[in-house]
Parts: sequence; structure tokens; C-alpha cells
Amino acid sequence: MEKKAHNIDINEKAISIKGLYKSFGDLHVLKGIDLDVHKGENVVVLGKSGTGKSVLIKILVGLLKPDSGVVEVLGKEVDKLSQKELDALRLHIGFAFQSSALYDSMDVRQNLEFPLTMNFKNLSKGEVKDSVEEVLEAVGLIDKLNQMPSDLSGGQRKRIGIARTLILKPQIMLYDEPTSGLDPITCLEINELINEVQQKYNTSSIIITHDLTCAKETGDRVAMLLDGIFVKTGSFEDVFADKDERIQSFYNYNFIK
Amino acid sequence: MTKKIRPYIFSRGIDETFKGVYDAFAFIALFFKQVFKPPFHFRQVIDQCYEVGIKSLPLITLTGFVTGLVFTKQSRPSLEVFGATSWLPSLISIALVRALGPLVTALICAGKVGSSIGAELGSMKVTEQIDAMEVSAINPFKYLAVSRIIATTLMVCVLSFYCSFVGLLGAFVNVHANDTTSFSNFFQSGFSDINFIDIFSSVTKSLVFGFTIGIVGCYKGFNATQGTRGVGKAANQAVVTSMFLIFVEEIVIVQISNWIRFF
Repeated sequence: MEKKAHNIDINEKAISIKGLYKSFGDLHVLKGIDLDVHKGENVVVLGKSGTGKSVLIKILVGLLKPDSGVVEVLGKEVDKLSQKELDALRLHIGFAFQSSALYDSMDVRQNLEFPLTMNFKNLSKGEVKDSVEEVLEAVGLIDKLNQMPSDLSGGQRKRIGIARTLILKPQIMLYDEPTSGLDPITCLEINELINEVQQKYNTSSIIITHDLTCAKETGDRVAMLLDGIFVKTGSFEDVFADKDERIQSFYNYNFIK
Repeated sequence: MTKKIRPYIFSRGIDETFKGVYDAFAFIALFFKQVFKPPFHFRQVIDQCYEVGIKSLPLITLTGFVTGLVFTKQSRPSLEVFGATSWLPSLISIALVRALGPLVTALICAGKVGSSIGAELGSMKVTEQIDAMEVSAINPFKYLAVSRIIATTLMVCVLSFYCSFVGLLGAFVNVHANDTTSFSNFFQSGFSDINFIDIFSSVTKSLVFGFTIGIVGCYKGFNATQGTRGVGKAANQAVVTSMFLIFVEEIVIVQISNWIRFF
């Protein structure tokens, strides 16, 4: 499937990362990475498991603190913000978790209503209902409104997870392994959904994955994270034209020759 | 040659124990910091009060009634030796209000409610539901922990008085069967020896026990790691730690109330 052309504003940075370091004890995960994500752009971060891809996006939403470096999201330096400012920023960032992280004691409707009603107390019941229906239609699961998360398939849970982030109309989307654990057909549907979200909501996104099909279909740009640094950044074709043995082995493993 | 960095100040075990104590106190401090700050989730507090209170009621009723009945039955022969069975109502009511009511209620709630809080929050932690709340600009500590701690603190207090009352009913059944004492006589005689300090120490104890159950359950849940194994561990540690603390607090509060009684 060919990705539709989308307007990317290269003069405006949605995310800017400079010299980011992060360690856990003796384990140095991120060793000085730089990355810019422009407005309306989908950047795929590729890399092996355990290389700090998820750590990177958790730093972007303030779930983890960087050891050093500058992380700016929508022009605000994340680790310098007060809790109130960070919460205000978080309303503009959608985070789709690898595990979907749906609230398992709530049904789909309550899952979607929760972030909206907790953050915007003045919304009428009608406005909340309309928002829920809009995002459910966007992810194609309007018929699952009253189901519990445990009754949904893995792909459906991922979609509802994305819908829950869309309900706050974010400017930035962070996808953590959106296709992991899904069958190839569902993976394609999720890839399509990521592109639709970019088109419809004009979001800037970071997509963390090690699925090359997902990277190829959704990414305007690909950044290859190996041993704590981005070894190559560019279009999918540019990155995998590189002769670096580690990049080639990554490619060969995904597309068995 | 590079200098070898010593990873721990004392040893891993000692360092982690101190860190655990520090984290627990930081967790308690965070509760007091958050509890008076808006937004207030009243609906969530009421829901949790229902979970803690109403759902524990059958077990508290049964345990309280049996405790009162058996305690009276076992005390009767000793008092009969001295011809002092008329003291039974006073003896039972003092024992229930001062010690048994709050303690039995707290131990039941530590087992039933503490483990449930530890498991529920632990499960939410390891499945990233707590992180999901945080990235949606919702304060998970305020929404999940503060409401549960308020609910356990209030409801353990209410339940402990209920437990004492049901225990007295159990005692009355035994006394009435043996001595044909009337209901009003039994309660009049029972409450005549209960004073303000008894009620005050009972309320204090129940509030402290309830707070302990809530804070320990939430702390263990919020700090759960290692997937499903971690959830089980959080539930188990919530029960064991809160029961241990309840016994320690019982000793301290009894000692303090005895000093007050003396003065």
C-alpha cells in the first residue's frame, strides 16, 4: 500500500531532541541522541529490543527524566516544566502503549470518556458522547462501544488505545510498538490507521517499532537506533541502502532473503 | 588502572531497606500533600467506601458475632468460680470496644481490602494503566491512591464500631441464654463502664489501622514490578506488612491510652 502524500512543515519542529543521555544504573541506554520531528511528519524509530526506543518516548511525555540533554516538545523543554505545565503539555500528546493499557475495569465507552471528562469538566453529556462516537468511527470500532477490554482482540485493543488518545485531539502521537503481537492483516490495518490519523488530525508522530513493514508504510523518515545512538536517519530506502552490517542484518532478519 | 566504583554504601540489602523506608515515608508525605489539593474526586471516594465498607460487611458481621459469642462462652466458667457472671456485659463491652473490635476489623480488612488494593493497583501498574493515566494528564496518585486511603481510613473506623456492636449482640445471645438477662439490661450494664478515653482510643486506633491498610496497599501496588508475579507479591506484601504494622500500632496506642487513663 502506497502512503498518501502529506504536508510536512519543515520549518516547524514538533519535537526536538539534542544530546539526550539516559542510563539505568550501569546500563547506558541512550548515549547522546539527536532527533527533530517536524510538524505533520511521521518518524519511525527502528532498533532491536532493549535499545531504549520506548525509553525515548517515555522521556518525551515526562514519564522518565533524562540524565542530560535537551528535549523540547511543542517548543517546551519537558524536564524543566512544573507538574501543571507538564499536564497541560500532555493534553497535546497522544501515547499509544504497546500493551494498549486500556483500563480493564471500564468498558470501551468509559475508557474513552475518562480522559475527556477528567480534563474537561464543563463538557456536556452530548459533547462527550459525540467525541466518543467520532473517535470510535475514526478507528472503525463503533460497534464495540459497550464491550469490556477483555472481550476485544489484540488488534481491537490497539485501535481503542489509539482512539483513547485521539479523543483529546493531540498534536503529537507516540506509538509504542503498534503492530507487535498482531497477525500480518491486522498489522496492515494498524499501519493504515496510523496514516489516517496523520492525514485527518495532522499529527506529528514517533512510531517505535522493529517491524520493517510498519516502518516502510507509515514513516516519512526512519531513524535507526543501535547501541544507544542513531546510526542512520533518512528515508526507508536511504537507511537500508547503508552498508553498515548491523543495519543490513536488521533488514535481512525482517525480510528473509 | 581505573578506580572501581562501589555500587552500594553498605550492602545491597541494607541500602535497599533504607531506600524502601525512605520511599514509604515519601509516599505518606505525598498523600498529605495531595489530599488537601484540588481536584477532589468525591465520587471515587464514595465508590471506594462502598467497596471497602459494604463488601466487607458480611465477613465483619460473622466474625464480630462469633467473637462476642465465643469470648463470652469462654469467659463464663472463670467468672462463675468467683460468682461474678454479672460482670460479663462490662467485661465483654470493654474488651470489644477497647481492643477486639478495632483489631479484628483491621485484620479482616488488611486481608480482604489490603490484598485487593495491592493486587488491583499492582495489576494496573504492570499493565501500564497507571502510566496511561499519567500521560492523559490525570494524576494517578490522587485518583487511585488518595481516594482509596481516605476510604479505608473512614470505613475501618465505621466497621470497627459495627464489629463491636455485633460482637455485643453475640455476647448477649450467650448471656441471655444462660441468665435470661434482658436486652436493655445487658446493654445498660455493658456501656456503664465505657468511658470517653475508651471511645477515643478506639476511634484513634481504627483511623490509624485504616490509614495503614490503605497506604500499605497503595504503596505496594504502585511499586509492583515483574509482571503477574509482581502483582501476587504486591497483594501478599500488602497483607503481611499492614498486619505487622497494625500489631505494632496496637501496642503503641494501648500504651499511650493507658498513660492518658492514668493521668
